[in-house]
Amino acid sequence: MTQTVFAPWTDPAAKPLIRFRHVTKRFGDFTAIEDLSLDIYEREFFALLGPSGCGKTTMMRMLAGFEDPTEGTIELAGEDIGAVPPNKRAVNMMFQSYALFPHLTVRDNIAFGLKREGKPKDEIHARVEEMLRLVQLQKFASRKPHQISGGQRQRVALARSLAKAPKLLLLDEPLGALDKKLREETQFELMDIQEKTGTTFVIVTHDQEEAMTVASRIAVMKDGALMQVATPSQIYENPSSRYVADFLGDVTILEGKATKLGDAYEVHWAEGQPPLRAKSTLALADGAGCHLAIRPEKVEIHGEKPADDNVLRGKVIDIGYLGNISTYHVQLANGQTIRAQSFNTERDTRRAFTWEDEVWVNWTENCAVLLDH
Amino acid sequence: MSKLSPFNVVSLTLGFVFLYLPMLILVVYSFNESQLVTVWAGFSTKWYGELARNEAFLDAAWVTLRVAFFSSTIATVLGTMAAYVLVRGGRFFGRTLFSGMIYAPLVMPEVITGLSLLLLFIGLGMDRGILTIVLAHTTFSMCYVSVVVSSRLVSFDKSLEEAALDLGCSPAEAFRLVTLPIIAPAVISGWLLAFTLSLDDLVIASFTSGPAATTLPIKIFSAVRLGVTPEINALSTIMIGIVTVGVIIASISTKRAKVKAEADERLAQRTE
Repeated sequence: MTQTVFAPWTDPAAKPLIRFRHVTKRFGDFTAIEDLSLDIYEREFFALLGPSGCGKTTMMRMLAGFEDPTEGTIELAGEDIGAVPPNKRAVNMMFQSYALFPHLTVRDNIAFGLKREGKPKDEIHARVEEMLRLVQLQKFASRKPHQISGGQRQRVALARSLAKAPKLLLLDEPLGALDKKLREETQFELMDIQEKTGTTFVIVTHDQEEAMTVASRIAVMKDGALMQVATPSQIYENPSSRYVADFLGDVTILEGKATKLGDAYEVHWAEGQPPLRAKSTLALADGAGCHLAIRPEKVEIHGEKPADDNVLRGKVIDIGYLGNISTYHVQLANGQTIRAQSFNTERDTRRAFTWEDEVWVNWTENCAVLLDH
Repeated sequence: MSKLSPFNVVSLTLGFVFLYLPMLILVVYSFNESQLVTVWAGFSTKWYGELARNEAFLDAAWVTLRVAFFSSTIATVLGTMAAYVLVRGGRFFGRTLFSGMIYAPLVMPEVITGLSLLLLFIGLGMDRGILTIVLAHTTFSMCYVSVVVSSRLVSFDKSLEEAALDLGCSPAEAFRLVTLPIIAPAVISGWLLAFTLSLDDLVIASFTSGPAATTLPIKIFSAVRLGVTPEINALSTIMIGIVTVGVIIASISTKRAKVKAEADERLAQRTE
C-alpha cells in the first residue's frame, strides 16, 4: 500500500476550496490587505501567521463575511461569496473570546446553529451528543459557560462551530487564552479533530510554534501582504526573506556581499573575518548585497579549530541552559554574536564550555540560508 | 461584628434621623385617631378605611398606575432601540448630534419639557387626558432607559452577535435570541426606572393632564393645598410600604444572584 503525501498545492489539477483573487481591503485611509491572492485547499489546516496588525484577522473576517473586500473577489468552492451574508455561508468561526452565549447551557450553545436550520429535534439531539463526545464534554452538557473552566469553554466553542459541519472552519487565535501546557495538549487535539472530521481549518495566530505544530501550510504575513506561503519545514529551512527567517524561530543573520563560486556562493561579510560559503539556487550578481541566515541548532561549537569550511573564532559570552538544550552566545573579534545550540543528551556531564572560553563555531555550506532581501 | 466607636454611633444616628424622621412622623400620624394632623389622639386605622372609600383618590391612583405602565413600556422599547443604534450603529451621519441630544432631556428643567409638550398638544388639537400624559412621560423617561441600556451594551462582547450571525441567525434573530436575553436585566431596570419616574412626576403631568384624568401626585398636591389630612398620611404610608417592599425584594434577589455566582465560580475552578 502506498501512502500518498497530502499536498494538493503541488497538484496543478487540484481545485482550491478558497480563492482570494487580488483582494484589497481598506478601512478609510488604512490599507489592511493589499492586492492579495491565495489558494487554500480542501482538508488543509492552514495557518495565517503574523504580528498583530498584519491583516490576518481581516482575512479571516472576510472569509466569515463580517467584512467585504474593497477590491477583488473571494471564492468558496468556486463560488464568489462576496455578496453572501455571514448567516448564509457554509463557514463557521471559533472566536478568540469563544463568544459562548452566557444564557444558554453547553448543550444549547452547541445546538444553537442546528436549531436555526430547522432540523428535526431527534436529529439535532443526535448531532449535539456526537459533538459532546468529540470534545469529551458529556458530563458538563447542562452547565452554563461560566460554570466550566477555560479549557472546557474552548472545547464548547470548537464543538459549537463544528456542529453544522461547515465546509470551512475559521479559528481566531483559538488557544490564546489557555496556559502553555494546556495549549500544547489542545494543539494535538485540534489536529486529531481536524483529521477525524475532514474539515478545512484556517487558523489565525501570532504564535509561530502553534502554527508550526498544527498547520499543513503557513502563510507568513506582514503589513497586509503575504511574505511566504509554504509548509512549516519549508518556511523554517528555506525562508524566502530575511523577515520570514527572523520571524520564525531563532536565527543569526549576517549581512554581506556574495560572489559565485561553483554551485555555491562565498559571502564576504566583515573585515578580518574569513568569507562564508553557502549553497544556494538564487541567481545573484557578483558583489550583490545579501543576508546569510544561520539557525543556532545547525552551528557546532568546538574547543579546537576544526578542519572545515565556515569556521569562525570567538569567545563564549552567554550560556542559556534550558534543560534539553543549551544556547551559547559566541562573540567574534569584530563584535558580531553567533548563536550555537547543543543538545544535552547526557545527564550530569560537566558542560564542555563555560564563560570566556575561546571556541570555534562552524556549520556546513548546506546549513546557512542565503537571502537576497 | 466589630464594635462601633462612640463617634461612629453618633454619625450613624444623626444620618438615619435626618433621612427617616420625617417619614417616621408621617407613618405614625397616619394611625392617628384625630382629625387634626398634629394632635395625637390615640391609635386608629380609620383613615385607611376613609381612603378606601375616597373615589377621587382611587381613580387618581388607577390613572397613575396605567400611565406609568404604558409610558414605561413604550419608553423601554424606544429607549432600547435608540441605545442599540447609538452603540452598534457605527459612525453614521449625525450620530454625535443624536447621542448628545438623547441626554438633553435629562438635564432639561421639567417645567420647560412640560410647557413645550403642552404647546405641542394644543397645536395638534389633542384633548388632554391619559394619552397626553403617557406621551409626555414616554418622552422624558425613554432617555433614562436609553442611558441604562446603552451602558450595558457598551460592555457587551460584540463577537456574541457575530457568533449568532455566523451560526445562521438573521440580524433580527440574533437580537432576539442573543442580545436581548443578555441585556434583559438592563432593560428591566430601565423599565423600573421609567415606571418610578412616571409615578413620581408632578410637574410634567400637571402641564399635560386634563380635567378627565388626574394623577395621584397632582391629586395629593392639590389636596395638601387645602390642608394636610390624616387621609393623605395614610395614602403616603401605603406608598412608602410599596417602595420598601420593592427595595427589599430587589436587594434579596441581588444577594441571591451574588451567592449563586460565587458558587458557580467555585464549581468552574473544581473542574479545571
